[in-house]
Amino acid sequence: MIFFLMRRLLQAVAVMFVISVIGFAVQGGLGDPVPQMLGPTATDAESAALRHSLGLDRPLWMQYLHFAGNAVKLNFGDSYFFHEPALDVIARYLPATLELVAASAVITLLLSVPMGIFCAIRPRSWLSRGLMGLSLIGISVPIFLTAMVLIQLFSIGVQVTLFPMDTGWGQWLNQLLSIDGGMPAYGRGNPIHVWGVWYTNFASWQGLLYLLLPALSLAFVMLPLFVRLIHAEMVEVLESDYVKYARARGLRPSRIYFLHALKNTLLPVVTLGGVQIGTLVAYTLLTETVFQWPGAGLMFLDAIERADMPLVVAYLMVVGLMFVVTNTLVDLLYRVLNPRVTLSGRSA
Amino acid sequence: MALLEVEHLDVRFPLRHGEIRAVRDVSFALDRGERLGIVGESGAGKSVLAFSLLRLLSRPGRIVRGQVRFEGRELTQLSDRQLRRVRGNRVAMIFQDPLTTLNPVLTIGQQMIESLKAHRRISSRRARSVALHKLRQVQISSPEQRLAQYPHQLSGGLCQRVVIAIALLLDPDIIIADEPTTALDVTIQAEIIALLKQLCEKHNVSLIVISHDLGVIGRLTQRLLVMYAGRIVEQGPTREIINDAQHPYTQGLINALPQMALPRQPLAQIPGTMPSLSQVPGGCAFHPRCRYRFTPQGLPRQDCRERIPEAVASGESRVACHWVRELIATLPIEEETT
Repeated sequence: MIFFLMRRLLQAVAVMFVISVIGFAVQGGLGDPVPQMLGPTATDAESAALRHSLGLDRPLWMQYLHFAGNAVKLNFGDSYFFHEPALDVIARYLPATLELVAASAVITLLLSVPMGIFCAIRPRSWLSRGLMGLSLIGISVPIFLTAMVLIQLFSIGVQVTLFPMDTGWGQWLNQLLSIDGGMPAYGRGNPIHVWGVWYTNFASWQGLLYLLLPALSLAFVMLPLFVRLIHAEMVEVLESDYVKYARARGLRPSRIYFLHALKNTLLPVVTLGGVQIGTLVAYTLLTETVFQWPGAGLMFLDAIERADMPLVVAYLMVVGLMFVVTNTLVDLLYRVLNPRVTLSGRSA
Repeated sequence: MALLEVEHLDVRFPLRHGEIRAVRDVSFALDRGERLGIVGESGAGKSVLAFSLLRLLSRPGRIVRGQVRFEGRELTQLSDRQLRRVRGNRVAMIFQDPLTTLNPVLTIGQQMIESLKAHRRISSRRARSVALHKLRQVQISSPEQRLAQYPHQLSGGLCQRVVIAIALLLDPDIIIADEPTTALDVTIQAEIIALLKQLCEKHNVSLIVISHDLGVIGRLTQRLLVMYAGRIVEQGPTREIINDAQHPYTQGLINALPQMALPRQPLAQIPGTMPSLSQVPGGCAFHPRCRYRFTPQGLPRQDCRERIPEAVASGESRVACHWVRELIATLPIEEETT
């Protein structure tokens, strides 16, 4: 166990190193932050002075060493734009993103597990055929399209005028098919302070309302994949000897499905789920842009535009750390679920 | 009335192209405390027969015709809920491979206790003590420790003992064991056979053992069914069949036993292979492989190719073979004794 954690720590350091190198390597491609910071009226002398004070006149590898030395002390330097430590900036923006990710992970889990199980247990029902078909389409639809469709449907609303308005039934049908919209689709609304430290959307109806559309569209990234995965695993498990044996012992179907089969089904789902939480964080870039959700993804895109190097690299490091941490947690959880696995410091 | 009566059972697997008739017109009876063996090559329909008794067929298999009466109750007509009260409770099963039979992510204890709780109103503490008692009965050492273990932490032989203990948990009337020793080491096979036999005798439990191994069946059972291509070709007392098999297929099976071979002689074989259950030859299904398909004069027997043989009595056995029928007909003395 201790060996396992130590090995994980070493891996984390290696991953962090690679990420930071890549972050620095693309620096040249991002452009020059100095004109951004000083504005168009700055003189050459002012520019040179700023460049020197930021350390930008030194060669890249020296900048990197300087950065790495500070990074070990959790100091990623000051953001060029905000003029405060990059980590502080991220700490301000990250909670909004994490709330978004958490909400959509919960939505994905709550929908995909019942759907996947249902499709496996009742393969011939029209509902499971429909769900399986939709999931195939869902996998191929990009998130910005889902997001825009959701905004059109539930925020702007749809007025159906397909049926003749002069007849009673036509009006009735039109009204039935129309959607009022009105769901918030821009920003976070007014999150509430909880315990004076936590600034959250979860604690009020209005906050949840603002969270719903972004979280839904983010959830649709993973949902179809999970439904299909759970379905495929469940179908396979239901064919296994131990499920047949459970039936032969006269156990209730609910116990067979939700304990005997589901527990075995969840093994690969947990593995994939852990990796996908990282991917969800990545997809917040798009979701936050479409919904103008003031989270770390939006901040990151702004930082790239401003060539705000410390902030960009710090963000990459934080996201990388999240990947490593979630994957480690998943491995630990996997051991709880699967007694055949023992964690060792040796081979993977 | 026998404990279990199976009559004219027909099991089919409808497929996109044609269908597989795995069990054809099978009838037999099992008395309380009796131990019955079902023997035959792979693909003879033995396992399908065993699983169809409790309607545990995998899709798309279904019982097309026939009755399965257990204590006079027609199992094929029961609702799922009623059938569940029989499964594991009155009729228990033992599967072939103990390592895949037990759920890998649940402890032995969890699986034993849930079996008890599925059929009895019983506290967890009480269920635990029953489980411990049964584990001791199957001679498992340190049973308390086993309850907390997962199947992968146990050897195959130990797992099969656990499965036998689970089968005995609810004091069933019948245990159906599908190839209970096939997946085990030879040395462990003998122990498991002895254990099964001893426990069934002690608790007066009826046993149905499926096996392709006549050695296992011979040591374990009193009566024997021989299946070929979905049908019973011979049934009778195990000892009589092994000592004096009537059906040419049974004779072939017995001659193929290694114990029957002469030193430095190749093992006897039955020529050809078992037909696929979707393309069984007409007439007697065994006739293409049978050495008696010709009369002593060298002419093909018409009956063998054209008519499905009906079972005739021979000694205490019943044999479905045209050749045996002719033989009996020409030996009037033997017919009198039957």
